Amino acid sequence: MLKRVHFGPSALPYLLVAPQIIITLIFFIWPASQALYQSLLIQDAFGLSTEFVWFENFKELFTDEHYFGAFKRTIIFSFSVAALSMGFALTLAAMADRVIKGATTYRTLLIWPYAVAPVLAGALWVFMLDPTLGIFTYMLGSFGYEWNHKLNGNEAMLLVIFASAWKQVAYNFLFFLAGMQAIPKSLIEAAAIDGAGPVRRFITIVFPLISPTTFFLLVLNVVYAFFETFGIVHTVTQGGPAKATEILVYKVFNDGFIGLDLGGSAAQSVILMLIVIVLTVVQFRYVERKVEYT
Amino acid sequence: MADIELSNVKKSYGATDVIHGIDWHIADGEFVVIVGPSGCGKSTLLRMIAGLERITQGDIAIGGQVVNKLEPADRDIAMVFQNYALYPHMTVYKNMAYSLKIRGVGKQEIDRRVKQVAEILEIGDYLRRAPRQLSGGQRQRVAMGRAIVREPSVFLFDEPLSNLDAKLRVQMRLEIKRLQERLGITSVYVTHDQVEAMTLGHRLMVLNNGHVEQLGTPIDLYENPATQFVAGFIGSPSMNFLDATMGERGQSVNFAADASLGLSGDYSDHEGKTVTVGLRPEHLEIADPSQPHTSLNVQVVEHLGADTLVHGAFSQDALELTVRLKGVQSFSRNEVIPLSISPQNVHLFDKTTGQRL
Repeated sequence: MLKRVHFGPSALPYLLVAPQIIITLIFFIWPASQALYQSLLIQDAFGLSTEFVWFENFKELFTDEHYFGAFKRTIIFSFSVAALSMGFALTLAAMADRVIKGATTYRTLLIWPYAVAPVLAGALWVFMLDPTLGIFTYMLGSFGYEWNHKLNGNEAMLLVIFASAWKQVAYNFLFFLAGMQAIPKSLIEAAAIDGAGPVRRFITIVFPLISPTTFFLLVLNVVYAFFETFGIVHTVTQGGPAKATEILVYKVFNDGFIGLDLGGSAAQSVILMLIVIVLTVVQFRYVERKVEYT
Repeated sequence: MADIELSNVKKSYGATDVIHGIDWHIADGEFVVIVGPSGCGKSTLLRMIAGLERITQGDIAIGGQVVNKLEPADRDIAMVFQNYALYPHMTVYKNMAYSLKIRGVGKQEIDRRVKQVAEILEIGDYLRRAPRQLSGGQRQRVAMGRAIVREPSVFLFDEPLSNLDAKLRVQMRLEIKRLQERLGITSVYVTHDQVEAMTLGHRLMVLNNGHVEQLGTPIDLYENPATQFVAGFIGSPSMNFLDATMGERGQSVNFAADASLGLSGDYSDHEGKTVTVGLRPEHLEIADPSQPHTSLNVQVVEHLGADTLVHGAFSQDALELTVRLKGVQSFSRNEVIPLSISPQNVHLFDKTTGQRL
């Protein structure tokens, strides 16, 4: 028998967790249940008639080629953002790991972009690459390339990818650097004595050892690109031109608040909710695994 | 196969000097040990030979070639680290094959060499295992195997046994000695443990605060310590140090009115000087009461089985003294026992400089 400490019935524990429960109920559970309920309804644009239609909205979505287009776009977008921001962050971290003098300054500067709000990050990139005023547009023009993301869908996609990835680099950098600094110095020294140069050491020793961090960040970045890039898309392209940058979260907003198809929009957000649940489960299942260094 | 030549090697971190100019020639095939207390710079010196630390001044040559500017990989050395530094994501086999693979050795040759070394070290059964599945002693062997498989011209050991338990340490110590004799590869071994140093090294360097206190064979260091530091560092239990005054014509040392020891050497220059007398616990013996002797007032007795350690107060000034006697001997507290020591076993050091007189 295990001996346990028993507490008499008391309101205190419930009182202590109450704030968290209340916040969760009001801001997460209630809206989520509303979305679930709404996804089963069809309402006219003026809200005058509402009809309960079971899974009609979902059926419609799965036969809608625009929705599949948005899905495909979101996947390309998410993985490009994850690959770009992680690749860049990894390079920076590998270099920062070798810096001794001025390491703190270097790190602080690299962390700044993370403090920038998504909308502002988008606004920065819009200004820099504005087809008529942008400094980068001007520079590209002098190389003979005419940049205009307001007309060219691929360029628009590139722009939102860059803006979203740029904001995420700082975060990834921090994690990669922490991962690298957790590797015992003697391992790197042993590899150096064994004859491996810096690049080879990175590929054969450092990278495999930070693989848990890499996986964790991959999930995190995909989640970020799926759900938190609304602000960037909204400021940069509004999903255009011709839906070229309309990713799933943006389509929820567009269909619901611009198109006023509340039921269809709610159905889309329910699907997004399922995706985020799956990603969270994946993250918790696999990220908890730790690597032993000795 | 190579010799190592250190000439006026110095190391400083900014304004702090940690190694103060070391000259040393290590012959081909020799097993030398750098020993000293923690923070004396012994690991730094080894890491400079390995190429993991920059040399501030002076030259290090391996096999006649100055290696100051060479990367660790190009020095033809192998090193065994204190924490073994095995690659955790590779199997034992891959750990050992890593350096050979980098050097572009063929697959079959790698296989042959890894298996051969695994057999010598008796780790053949673990080749497919990951390091985390091994015990401390097994990891230690793998770390050695990884060094041996390279067939380097120099082995460097950085306190390789300090993470093992006492019994395993004694066993591995013997194995390292056998292995080095068998392979005949020049080896530099760093430790803070004087027993390891004494048993392993052909020659020892005693390092203290970045200065060489003494260089020599283990027996040399034991019998003729150059400084009080070396005398206290080598030998267990440590040498007793007692303040005394040189007697008439330097023929004896006087501890107090009631105790003195005769000397065998010529110390007439030091008459009347205050000195530090060093007496090894194992050199003190029970005297025939009819002969000239000094007395020890017994305080604590420790039985080790083979030996008995007697701690007591010596003379009226209650100077602390430890005596190591053969076999099992019993004394009661406050018992007074007559002691003597043969004059050639009395070590004298300058009280201020610590140098041997």
